[in-house]
Amino acid sequence: MSILSVTGLTKSFGGLMAVNDVSFDLAEGSIVGLIGPNGAGKTTVFNLITGIYRPDKGDIRFTETPIVRLPTHRIVSLGVARTFQTIRLFQNLSVLENVLSGCHCRMKAGPLRAMLRTPGQLREERRALERALGLLGFVRLRHEAQQLAKNLSYGNQRLLEIARGLATEPRLLILDEPSGGMNEQETIDLIVLIGKLRGRGITILLIEHRMSLVMRLCENIVVLDYGAKIAEGAPEEIKQDPRVIEAYLGTEEGEGE
Amino acid sequence: MQRTSLIFIALVALFLLSPLLLNPYWVDVLNNVGLYAILGLSLNLIVGHAGLFNLGHAAFYAVGAYTAAILNTRFQIPVLWLLPICALSSGLFAGIIARPIIHLRGDYLCIVTIGMGEIVRIALLNNVFGITGGVNGIFGIARPSLFGISIQTPHEFFYLIWGFVSLTIFLFHRLENSRFGRALNYLREDEVAAEGSGVNVAHYKLACFVLGAAWAGMAGDIFAAKMTIISPESFSFWESVLMFTLIILGGSGSIPGVMLGAFLIIGLPEVFREFANARLLVFGAAMVAMMIFRTEGILPPRPRTYPSIEPPSGEGRR
Repeated sequence: MSILSVTGLTKSFGGLMAVNDVSFDLAEGSIVGLIGPNGAGKTTVFNLITGIYRPDKGDIRFTETPIVRLPTHRIVSLGVARTFQTIRLFQNLSVLENVLSGCHCRMKAGPLRAMLRTPGQLREERRALERALGLLGFVRLRHEAQQLAKNLSYGNQRLLEIARGLATEPRLLILDEPSGGMNEQETIDLIVLIGKLRGRGITILLIEHRMSLVMRLCENIVVLDYGAKIAEGAPEEIKQDPRVIEAYLGTEEGEGE
Repeated sequence: MQRTSLIFIALVALFLLSPLLLNPYWVDVLNNVGLYAILGLSLNLIVGHAGLFNLGHAAFYAVGAYTAAILNTRFQIPVLWLLPICALSSGLFAGIIARPIIHLRGDYLCIVTIGMGEIVRIALLNNVFGITGGVNGIFGIARPSLFGISIQTPHEFFYLIWGFVSLTIFLFHRLENSRFGRALNYLREDEVAAEGSGVNVAHYKLACFVLGAAWAGMAGDIFAAKMTIISPESFSFWESVLMFTLIILGGSGSIPGVMLGAFLIIGLPEVFREFANARLLVFGAAMVAMMIFRTEGILPPRPRTYPSIEPPSGEGRR
């Protein structure tokens, strides 16, 4: 069953056609890569799915529910989490509080219950704290819990963004260049981590420039160029596709193994 | 650790007994400090925690004060009974006013709130709906009474006002360390990331305005009861500036910071009354010095602590 289906997605900024009639489906539990040269419209697609932009045309359904007109926080609470290409952590808050922000949409207590400290509110806080610490353990940042987010290394900040996304209890996790700024070893660890996420039953859609990572992880790849989809298929097919080679692998970088 | 808390308790005890040692004038100064502390703490939710520049907080203060004055003088409802009603009217007013402007950022929001504050003041001056008494304002507001004791002298008001300050600190401290308080910090740090993490940014911006305004409304109620006369000049732009400055000077987002700010901004000028002419000069110089040497205020907020976590590793904490 497809967990996310995008049909005829179109978005233009002024005269620039950023995304042009893009359609694809994500099978539940799969890892799908979205690749393409710089400026191909990959991040715009992510912003359209998560409700940051509104598409000019087209439809996006998450588990059959149309999500095109919904505000971002509603889409998150339905089960779509994301990370950002340019890291967007709450820099001056602690690592733990960054993860707690993801727990927010799974909690209920409002200001009144917080002021009265009802037993339910305390229980909820304790549970959120435990879950956040658990997730920090999962990305191996537990020892940094009280550190400010801005003091983490670049690679760890990416991991923290993933932990924050996971705290929203997503069914679909969208990663925008998760290995950006990571060294070789960190990238290998990231590949293991993403594999574990699939083990938890989370579907993953990722933008990535490191072909080694994409080819290792993804069972399906969607290729964009100038806002349009030019190819879709298994890594082996994509590697051989002449249009893809022309648009991307051939000209950009010869890293594709 | 034990020692500092003992010193703290001793200071609080000394403060609570201070009316016995001070003459009514100085007790009244402390009462004013207390009122501004309440206003500062309420504005701190908006400015300090959510990072929304609001330079029109006096408008919410005014709505509360006028609600109390009108209902008390016309229907003889005791002022302390009016506390929740003032909170409601002021909160409702803030909800209606803030809704269309809440998406504005930084300086744009700042300018609109200045405008809102002025509109309210001028509306009061023009005797809007014929119930605000125009330039003269409203007089003859009854003194409050608590458990059958009428509160009249500055000494009596001291305990009413500082009791309310204590309650505010107690409740707002809990609020800071909750889902609500954290949500305000998330949207201050990065709106897009907050929304992307599932925080309903628009809702929380509005909620902090409404809650801050409701508290300012209750401060207005106490102010009306204390003065027995209120007029538009008590709610000028300058009042909003004072509330704003005491937060920035003391430490925005920090309850001890706001308390210190209230003492410095409201209390100190009284101490240096002889130099009244130089007050603004010193004030300005202090602000400039602070912007250079201590941008987060004198007592910036300390990071929240959570149970069952080991202390931070490594250097680089602020």
